[in-house]
Amino acid sequence: MSASPATRPGPLARVARFWQRNKWSYFFIAPSMILFSVFIFFPVIQAFLFAFQKVDLRGSSWVGLKNFTDLASSKLFWASMRHTVIYAFFVVVAWISSSLAVAALIQPLANRAQALFRGAFYLPNVISIIVISLVWIWIFHPEFGFFNYLLGLFGLGPVLWLQNPDIALWAIVLSTVLIVPGTGVVLYSAAIGAIPPELYEAAEVEGASAFRKWVSITIPLLKPTTLYLMVIYTIAGFQIFERVYIMTGGGPINSTMTIVQLIYQTAFSDFNYGRASAEALILFAIIATASIIQFKFLSTDIEY
Amino acid sequence: MTAANSTQAQPVTRSPAVRRWSQRLPRILVMICLVLIAAVSLFPLYWLFVTALTPASSTVKLPPEMIPTHPTLENLERIIRVSGTGKLRLGGESIITMPRLLLWFINTAFIAIFSTALHVLFDSMAGYAFAKRKFPGSNLFFYMILAALMIPAQVTLVPLYLMITQFKLINTFAGVMMPGLADVIGIFLLKQYIQTLPSELIEAARIDGASEWGAFTRIVLPLSAPGLAVTAIFAFQRYWNSFLWPLIVLQSPDKYTLQVGLSFVNTSEFGTDYGLLMSGAALAAIPMIIVFFAFQKYFMQGLRIGAVKG
Repeated sequence: MSASPATRPGPLARVARFWQRNKWSYFFIAPSMILFSVFIFFPVIQAFLFAFQKVDLRGSSWVGLKNFTDLASSKLFWASMRHTVIYAFFVVVAWISSSLAVAALIQPLANRAQALFRGAFYLPNVISIIVISLVWIWIFHPEFGFFNYLLGLFGLGPVLWLQNPDIALWAIVLSTVLIVPGTGVVLYSAAIGAIPPELYEAAEVEGASAFRKWVSITIPLLKPTTLYLMVIYTIAGFQIFERVYIMTGGGPINSTMTIVQLIYQTAFSDFNYGRASAEALILFAIIATASIIQFKFLSTDIEY
Repeated sequence: MTAANSTQAQPVTRSPAVRRWSQRLPRILVMICLVLIAAVSLFPLYWLFVTALTPASSTVKLPPEMIPTHPTLENLERIIRVSGTGKLRLGGESIITMPRLLLWFINTAFIAIFSTALHVLFDSMAGYAFAKRKFPGSNLFFYMILAALMIPAQVTLVPLYLMITQFKLINTFAGVMMPGLADVIGIFLLKQYIQTLPSELIEAARIDGASEWGAFTRIVLPLSAPGLAVTAIFAFQRYWNSFLWPLIVLQSPDKYTLQVGLSFVNTSEFGTDYGLLMSGAALAAIPMIIVFFAFQKYFMQGLRIGAVKG
């Protein structure tokens, strides 16, 4: 640092000093960086290469854009795309509105009651989707399921929830949107609690109605939370797999086929790894677009 | 409340009791609303346990029993029987034969606990380096890790499967556990947490002659216990509930995790026996429910730390 040119150490000595100074830092990040390189960065590059190759159990060969053009002309791919978009759309809208409504409803309660409700709404989140989906198959059972029992009380049904190709996708949507998402409740609840009460007091002095306060103060100040939730829910919606795999396996007659279910089948039933990688990259592009939109919106945040 | 007042036609002064009720009414309505919404959200979980505890003959009858009048564990006994027996290999010659359901439970617990421990160690090391140490490339490395956050697991699925096959790790627990260890959330969470610790303490330990590793294990780790707990809980949840990757990697029924095993019971000849299926599912749900009630506080904290950055 303060070494005069005459005593400037040689390159080897400088490397040694650099190493001496930083070896512990590199030691601390080494396990994670090695894991990330081997299990994420390297496979991602490979996935990009696979998408332009024919890869199967026998080997691989370059095919250019064939995997993508095949997909573009595949009815099943477009159907799975449509199902996934429908699912994601309804899930995002329902989850955002239901968690916001619940968070707003629990806000006036005493702290104890708030914590109790937050816990109650979060509990289903920790259970595996496999377990939850198995219960839903049972609830949707044509003969002895709880839903058709309820409909029967009103003289309706029975509905073939998961067996009718016109209904199955909607049944899966229903099984998702009926449950208020715990993450949303907890985060909205925290965000509403963090809004300075003076803002509401000032609005009251101006004679603002409860509705006006909600629209002009609460909703705008919750924007960062809303955007965060919107993106994680959009991503979760596009990645829907376990529910479909367990409840319908993509059927009946592909009426619940989603992108990830399709990726799974392309890779592990058809062993067409190249095409599966192309499908995964398209999913990646959709999710990346959603995330970029998120960052764009988050950077224009209001601070308070 | 004003609406309630205006419906009061006669200008007679109302009794205090009526006034009290008109003030409480909105609050009571909100409470009823919340309880109903919560009941719907918790219904699948409730139905899981009701069906699991209901004798087999009663599950397929109408109207369904809303509350199990004769709770029984016979469903659990049956799924233990029909899932068959498997062999737990403890390495070497020692082999224990036991019901497969129990084996799946042990497999899942082993994978979840072992991976969680590694997760906490690696994530705290990296989190500490990014939070408290200055070194060339720290920003670059951190952005690389953040970039990984954007990559959906499905993209790496096929290459990872071929890699694990090549390494001969198919049908091994190592193959199930390793790829998941590259996870951003824990590093991120612990970086955020360790940043709040006073640097002077670490400095003081160094001056007292502690090695770098010593300063980390004796100062940083104990002080970040709550952050470590949050990381551990989220990692445990992820591994306990994970499905797609173990489904692909594990191929012999003796190696299955609970989630994978249950998915196969579902598609087997016993898949229409809902009492049986639900008791297996309940067994998979109970550990997470216990973890949740024991560490509820940390779940909530973790969510907020995770959401701060987005």
